[in-house]
Amino acid sequence: MKRLIACLFLVFTLPAYAAFDVAQLMNDLAKHKGGKAKFVEKRTISLLDKPVISTGEMSYTAPDRLEKRTLTPKPELLTLDKDLLSIEREGQKLSINLSNQPEALAFIDSIRGTLTGNRAALEKNYGLYLSGNSDKWVLTLMPSEQKIAALVVRIIVTGSKSQIRSIEYLQADGDRSLMTIEAIETK
Amino acid sequence: MKQAAGRTFLLWLLAMLAGAAIVWNSRFSADMSFILPAHPTAEQQVLVDQFKEGVVSRLLMLAIDGADAKQRAELSRELRGQLEKMPDFVSVQNGEAASQTVDRDFLFKHRYLLSSKVTAERFTVAGLKSAIGDSVDLLASPAGMMIKPLIPQDPTGEFVTLLSSLNAGSQPNSREGVWASRDGERAMLLVQTKALGSDTDGQEQAIEAIRAHFKAAAQRAGLSGARLQLSGPGLFAVNSRATIKNEVARLSLISSVVIIAVLFSIYRSFKLLSLSLLPVVSGALAGVVAVSLVYGTVFGITVGFGSALIGEAVDYSIYYFVQSGRTGIDAWRERFWPTIRLGVLTSIFGFGALLFSGFPGLSQLGLYALSGVLTAALVTRFVLPQLSVSAPKMRDLAPLGKTLEKIIHVLPRWRWPVLLLALASATLLVSQRNHLWNPEMSALSPVSQADQVTDMALRSDIGAADSRYLAVINAPDREAALQAAEKAGAQLDRLVANGQIGGYDSPARFLPSLASQHARRASLPSADEVRSRLQAALLDSPLAADKLGPFLVAIDAARQAPNLLREDLNGTSLALAVDALFLPQAKGWSVLLPLRTGQEAIDADQVRTALAGSGAMFVDMKVEFDKLYNDYLQEAMLLSLAGLLAILTVLAINMRSPRRLLAVMTPLVLAVVIVVAGLHVVGERLHLLHLVGMLLIVAVGSNYALFFDRVEAHHSLDPETLASMLLATCTTAIGFGTLALSKVPVLHAVGVTVGPGAILALLLSAIFVSRETRS
Repeated sequence: MKRLIACLFLVFTLPAYAAFDVAQLMNDLAKHKGGKAKFVEKRTISLLDKPVISTGEMSYTAPDRLEKRTLTPKPELLTLDKDLLSIEREGQKLSINLSNQPEALAFIDSIRGTLTGNRAALEKNYGLYLSGNSDKWVLTLMPSEQKIAALVVRIIVTGSKSQIRSIEYLQADGDRSLMTIEAIETK
Repeated sequence: MKQAAGRTFLLWLLAMLAGAAIVWNSRFSADMSFILPAHPTAEQQVLVDQFKEGVVSRLLMLAIDGADAKQRAELSRELRGQLEKMPDFVSVQNGEAASQTVDRDFLFKHRYLLSSKVTAERFTVAGLKSAIGDSVDLLASPAGMMIKPLIPQDPTGEFVTLLSSLNAGSQPNSREGVWASRDGERAMLLVQTKALGSDTDGQEQAIEAIRAHFKAAAQRAGLSGARLQLSGPGLFAVNSRATIKNEVARLSLISSVVIIAVLFSIYRSFKLLSLSLLPVVSGALAGVVAVSLVYGTVFGITVGFGSALIGEAVDYSIYYFVQSGRTGIDAWRERFWPTIRLGVLTSIFGFGALLFSGFPGLSQLGLYALSGVLTAALVTRFVLPQLSVSAPKMRDLAPLGKTLEKIIHVLPRWRWPVLLLALASATLLVSQRNHLWNPEMSALSPVSQADQVTDMALRSDIGAADSRYLAVINAPDREAALQAAEKAGAQLDRLVANGQIGGYDSPARFLPSLASQHARRASLPSADEVRSRLQAALLDSPLAADKLGPFLVAIDAARQAPNLLREDLNGTSLALAVDALFLPQAKGWSVLLPLRTGQEAIDADQVRTALAGSGAMFVDMKVEFDKLYNDYLQEAMLLSLAGLLAILTVLAINMRSPRRLLAVMTPLVLAVVIVVAGLHVVGERLHLLHLVGMLLIVAVGSNYALFFDRVEAHHSLDPETLASMLLATCTTAIGFGTLALSKVPVLHAVGVTVGPGAILALLLSAIFVSRETRS
């Protein structure tokens, strides 16, 4: 029993697991130079009686280009090129320079930092907690800034080796979104 | 005789005093308005209005340099806080978030009157179903995060529609919460002055206030390393005015001092010197008086041209004193005056041609020089002889003349080399004819290269619109103007949808016409009606109708809402956007719709076709500016040719001999060809004023060539006359040559053309003087 408690203690309190730590995960992720994946995103919003589901494809080109092409329910193209976020929807294009919006940047950095294995960028705004092993890991990001914490309670990223499987956002208002990702091909 | 002299002097003095009184009350303007057309077309009027009072002409771009990002942001906020309190500034923007909140609140509050999507169809069961469906779909997108809290009040997404029109176009970079340059190393601000672009005093005051507040703010913060860079049309106007003012004084001084020194070294008598300056002073004064009386406002560049006039007008007294020294006044009048008179006539026709120019700077210059030269000649002829009765005798210049005679004797050997040089020059000019001219209006602008570079850099850093493309609407009243703007906007929407233009701004977006507001209000059903329709519309939707209570309240409020007026926009930055594009005119109102370029360049014909029937006129400012300049150039060519023709006619009538006419004109034409080729070789891009300079080479140079014609007419060219010609040419070359030192392109071009041209005209006339008739 004591050993069990000790084990649990170890698992839950240590920011990094001894055998498989954040540094190693980041190292693995950084090796991933890009690729294409299908995604299904399920948003649970208190305002709506049922979750809304969107599907599409996303691709990532290291180090700083991310493209998310939503196909249903409405076609939409979201691109992130360095700090320029563009959303094209129904013939209209909206461009936001993220350096103008620190909160949005922190939000985007959670996914971009994970994709690029940029530990420094992640730790700027989040505390990192890793569990599992290289084949099946769970990385939890806890916002350290009050302003970000007011928007998102935590972000849970799961994956296998250098491949991300899912990203879940838990928002401060109780709404959540879960995006599951399935690689089409890997380079 | 003595009494007559006294009377003449008194009359002259009275005339001068009257002239001085007029000049004292004249309006002088050293700004850049001299390049604006005197008789603008409708398109050019837009250009002139924009230049004088358009919002773009009231924008100043500020960049804070040095220190670190945090300190720069701090300075930017401090500066904005200080400037915003001052009445001199309509708006001071630095990208701080607080200012955006006010705009958003306004748009949200008035969304049902503002949104162009508000129609009766949108609030039917099908319309609601579709609009709300879109909003729900948007919730599935990352963009939906922002609108989620607003859905219960605005399920049809009117606010999103409005917001997307507000955010169009690129936004400046940002650092530490304020605007920054592309590289992030400078904090940027955008200031709109209350003073109009044409109010140079007001602009100067505003710029000084900005600089003073920045200096104080930097000192308070202890940041000695922080620097402020500033640019914009206002600064251009202020700097140009300073340059022109400074140049007018400097050039006139240089030209006067050098000419007086030359004259004194020849005359060696103060009395002679002051007498010989009499016609010059009279001429310069008469020039300003004439311009002031005819045009009302005297341009700074016109006065700047005075330094050349001094050099030209002093010729007459030189002729008088040097030539009458030996022969006496009566003989001078008989022998020399006709030649001088003819020279005066050719000069007057040369300058007179400019009077007809639609380029105000040029027509003023023409009138100024014409009246100056005429007055100087008349004073020399009628006043000077009376006053100089008791003047000391002129020093004998025969020795100088004798030396000149020897030189002239060998000059004809240079005929063939000169002809070859002229031929080579002509060949060069013909082969390079497409590269001779500067096709840009900016060639005439006195704005320095350094200022232009700074402006470009700041403009690209802040992403300021260059307002190149405009659709312009004029209407008798506010309502008609706004309705026309909405109509034209609907037609432009099609171009946006096709990707032919990137987008456009319209004041009607934030201040719809009363008709549109009325129609939108009328299209809103009652709250009870909406409630029952929502039940049907949201049957299969994840959004339950009972969550939309706030929507019903909002619709009810919008149905009662009063009309949105311009005053309601006060306190938002939308007010500025509306005021910038919606302007009261002498008769009615005008609306500007600036167009943005999309993926491809804007096709003017396409836009014109699209706007057909809307009453909107499409203006490409760059094309109009270049066209205006091209018009000036074409017109100057015509006028120069007309002037040349007039000079030829005067000479032909006077000489009645084609051979003599040819002998006078040949050296002048060769001088023009060689000078222009020379300018091209040293890298001058020719513009309007070089062209005028060419005409002036003929008009002024003919004065000297005509003396050689006297040789042809079997008069002897005595040593005194030769000396006077050399002296007169020198002073003219000094006068025009001084202009060549000017940084103001308009003056520089004339100087650099006529200065060498005058000397060359004398030299070539001497070289080509007929062998047989030489004394």
